[in-house]
Amino acid sequence: MDVLFQGEAEIHFMHPDDFREWVRTHKKREAVEKLMTEREAVSRLVSDGDYITYDFSSLTRGPQALVREIIRQRRQDLWVCAEFTLHETPLLVGAGCASRIDVGFLGYGNYIGRAVTEGKVRVFEWTNGALSFRMLAGAMGVPFVPIRSLIATDTMKYSGAKVVRDPFTGDPVCLVPALHPDVFLVHVHQADVYGNSRIFGTNLFALEAAMASKRVIVSAEEIIDHLEFRKEPSKTTIPYFLVDALVHMPFGAYPGGVHGRYELDLEHIDRLNAIQTDEEMRVYLEEYIYSLESHEEFLEKKVGWKRLKELIRKASIKEGYH
Amino acid sequence: MGKQMEFTDTEFMVCSAARLLEDRKTVFVGWGIPQLVAILAEKLYTPNLIQIFEFGAIGPQSLTPFVRGTMGGPSNVYRSLQWINMNWAFSYAVSGYIDYGMIGALQVDTYGNVNSTLLGESYERPKRRFPGSGGGNEVASLCWKTIVVLKHEPRRFVKRLDFMTSPGYLTGPGAREEMGLPRGSGPYRIVTSKALFGFDEETKRMKLIGVLKGISTEEILREMEFEPVVVEKIEEIEPPTADELHILREEIDPSRVIIGRTTK
Repeated sequence: MDVLFQGEAEIHFMHPDDFREWVRTHKKREAVEKLMTEREAVSRLVSDGDYITYDFSSLTRGPQALVREIIRQRRQDLWVCAEFTLHETPLLVGAGCASRIDVGFLGYGNYIGRAVTEGKVRVFEWTNGALSFRMLAGAMGVPFVPIRSLIATDTMKYSGAKVVRDPFTGDPVCLVPALHPDVFLVHVHQADVYGNSRIFGTNLFALEAAMASKRVIVSAEEIIDHLEFRKEPSKTTIPYFLVDALVHMPFGAYPGGVHGRYELDLEHIDRLNAIQTDEEMRVYLEEYIYSLESHEEFLEKKVGWKRLKELIRKASIKEGYH
Repeated sequence: MGKQMEFTDTEFMVCSAARLLEDRKTVFVGWGIPQLVAILAEKLYTPNLIQIFEFGAIGPQSLTPFVRGTMGGPSNVYRSLQWINMNWAFSYAVSGYIDYGMIGALQVDTYGNVNSTLLGESYERPKRRFPGSGGGNEVASLCWKTIVVLKHEPRRFVKRLDFMTSPGYLTGPGAREEMGLPRGSGPYRIVTSKALFGFDEETKRMKLIGVLKGISTEEILREMEFEPVVVEKIEEIEPPTADELHILREEIDPSRVIIGRTTK
């Protein structure tokens, strides 16, 4: 296959056989209890320089508390897969944790935009579809998948995709390389102690990313009996042998919401959206992350039961989420 | 409607775009204004419209009021036909199931190519950086007919894009197919705060087909860097109707965070 055109971005890539070997060696098939604190999960499984990805969005079922823990532990040089991100990338860049971003959607607001124009963070262009198909290729264990979008644009030029002549149709087709993140962070509705997980509602690529990533950290609203999974297997989103660590974190998506559990906190989200300067960023990080020990302390001191109760009450739509 | 009502640019764009959709068709809905368009259309004109969202909500009957910023919240995905994920949502578009796509833009050029990534000469050091493609590139590449919604300002209708995020007709007739984009797809309408454009069949260039009532064609053309094809009989587009405004203001966005408020 001749390469007709090739984007110029650096890519995070791993040979499929190297990934298979990683899975053979590191992914425990036996069911062991994986419950631990967020501090333990992040210190054990997230390293400087890692490529991280997450599901779903900043406003809905995003792993916000895990992201705050990464910031608290001051990880550096992370490469972030930014898809459906509004606040994670500004916070990770503002805290000096992220140095590279694969852009599906860069993030919301002037802070992150300015960080790019000032050269504080390097960006590589992709699209939401290209990144999620890359994740699918990773899950499939193949080196790439062909896609019909991205092609013929500047987005393609600044991506790491290649255009080849498709041997079946004879037409140009875009190939995107498989993605194997170092760490996948996902917040779920329910999990058992082994890491079997359920998400209710839609997701971006929860199963794909869990299969394609070297390490998977699940935070769960609720821990339920293992037997529940055996009784209703069609509700399992991620089986335990993909999962490396499990953190019990009610309100782990705050200030975002979780379907059927609690609504997003627009006031806090407005506070995040309003961050423009480094000084404002520093104040936010200090007040809501660095000065606190844990997610529990964050909820107690910075949100409060009264507010949480309001957000629970607002989540009155339950159908489809159990 | 008797007395002329005041309305905002956004209100007009939302109403004008909502009138373009067809009932019993599928539409891939982008973030923000397109979400309002689809909800308004469903409430007023196309009750059997099937909304498709990139995060995997297929055919929701979205509740109002619209929660600002939300993409995938529970009221947004209420009573869908299917909840699935991003790869499948885009696959519906890849395999030809999506009739319309709707996205916003920073800039468009005469072929309907879209920039939503950056402003400035240099990619490495742009003057301003914006979110980028999101799923916009997929929508513009894969849906049968793409509708782009943007404010009518000269800096947005440019001869040369600072960055081509998502494809329109690229460089003209046949270019999409030649480059490997799906046959027969492409931009269909450009909805602005003052006008409506289609595309010339032969040249694939943007074509002025409608103007908001009370605004002159000269004014429209003055506020564009390039000169579009102009049809002989330009349609006069009605301003938002009382019904449209009522639904938008009372049901969809009562806090007016997205549609804004009129000055008077």
